[in-house]
Amino acid sequence: MYEKYRIKQLSIFSENRPGRLAALAKAMMEEDVNIYAFSIAEGAGYGVIRALVDHPEKAFKRLSSMGVTVRYTDVLAVEMEDRPGGLYGAVGALAEAGINIEYSYAYSGKRCAVLILRVEDPDAAAERLLEKGARLLEISQFT
Amino acid sequence: MGVSIKNDTKLRVGLLGGEPWSTKMRDRIRDWLGVKGINCYGSSEMYGPMFTECSEQDGIHVWGDIAYAEVLDQETGERVAPGERGELVLTMLQKEALPMIRYRVGDITEINTEPCPCGRTHPRIRRIFGRVDDMLIIRGINVFPSQVEHTLMSIPEVGDHFEIVVDRKGALDTMLVRVELKKEAFTDNIIQLMELRERIAYRLRGALNIGAAVELVEPDTLQRFEGKAKRVVDRREI
Ligand SMILES: [Zn+2]
Repeated sequence: MYEKYRIKQLSIFSENRPGRLAALAKAMMEEDVNIYAFSIAEGAGYGVIRALVDHPEKAFKRLSSMGVTVRYTDVLAVEMEDRPGGLYGAVGALAEAGINIEYSYAYSGKRCAVLILRVEDPDAAAERLLEKGARLLEISQFT
Repeated sequence: MGVSIKNDTKLRVGLLGGEPWSTKMRDRIRDWLGVKGINCYGSSEMYGPMFTECSEQDGIHVWGDIAYAEVLDQETGERVAPGERGELVLTMLQKEALPMIRYRVGDITEINTEPCPCGRTHPRIRRIFGRVDDMLIIRGINVFPSQVEHTLMSIPEVGDHFEIVVDRKGALDTMLVRVELKKEAFTDNIIQLMELRERIAYRLRGALNIGAAVELVEPDTLQRFEGKAKRVVDRREI
């Protein structure tokens, strides 16, 4: 029942070399895919690019066809109020729920700010967050 | 084209040679293609490919009445004991127009003089470990690219293709092994990727007796070769 909160993030394995990110971004442009947020986690000589887009399947297909190593990762997207204290509101609920965050990044959308969370068990985390009154985006908002 | 060599053809045995290959590779050829890989050995200076393994697949039979095989210590030129590794030297006993006496083929192997379970008593050479000219000397230690290859093949998360980059920082040689991460082994968890890198470095150190840095690269990005692979980039200036 919490499945609808599992947002499909794209995770991309990418070497650190000039032009790599530009090539990926150009492909997204050509597919008319809008990137809401992305982050790059730095390894040694490589990075993991994580992106939240409006059409994950279209993006996934194109990237795969380019030979890019890409996979879906389930994340949660928590609405935050876009004002001072907004992050505290979201993170505070997490702390109370005792949820450990693997990684997280955020974006400021038109309607609200969004905190993206990768946790070990997204369903359990969604349940606890909702109990604490958090608002989660649903997968239907990303098609 | 949708043809499965394993299911759609009657190909059952392949005589394979020309490049050092491992038992692991042989098992994979068997599993993927349903082909029993028989190691075969020769060189154009001899008569081309001429010696092969028997059905035991445990060493290449050298026909002792045609060729006399010795394995020499590369530095001293002395013959090593059976089972010890060194440079293969062949004397062809029946060749007339182009005699070959103690010809240095340039391959590194070991000789096994024990009779084979198949009944043949000719000496066998174990697999070819590498070429004399493939051998790298890194911080005084002999390193063969084939050792790197065998180590990597035992790690399921990485592919078959790799590149060795040797360089010198100050007075010290450095070795970097670049290897392709398999698509299915990619994880979003960067800590697991780092652990994989460390595991590869640990295994390489165990096999080579020398520390090597490891870099994971994207699948299908390292150069592919037809025929003999060139996997070493040596940037050291002498
Ligand atoms: Zn035999």
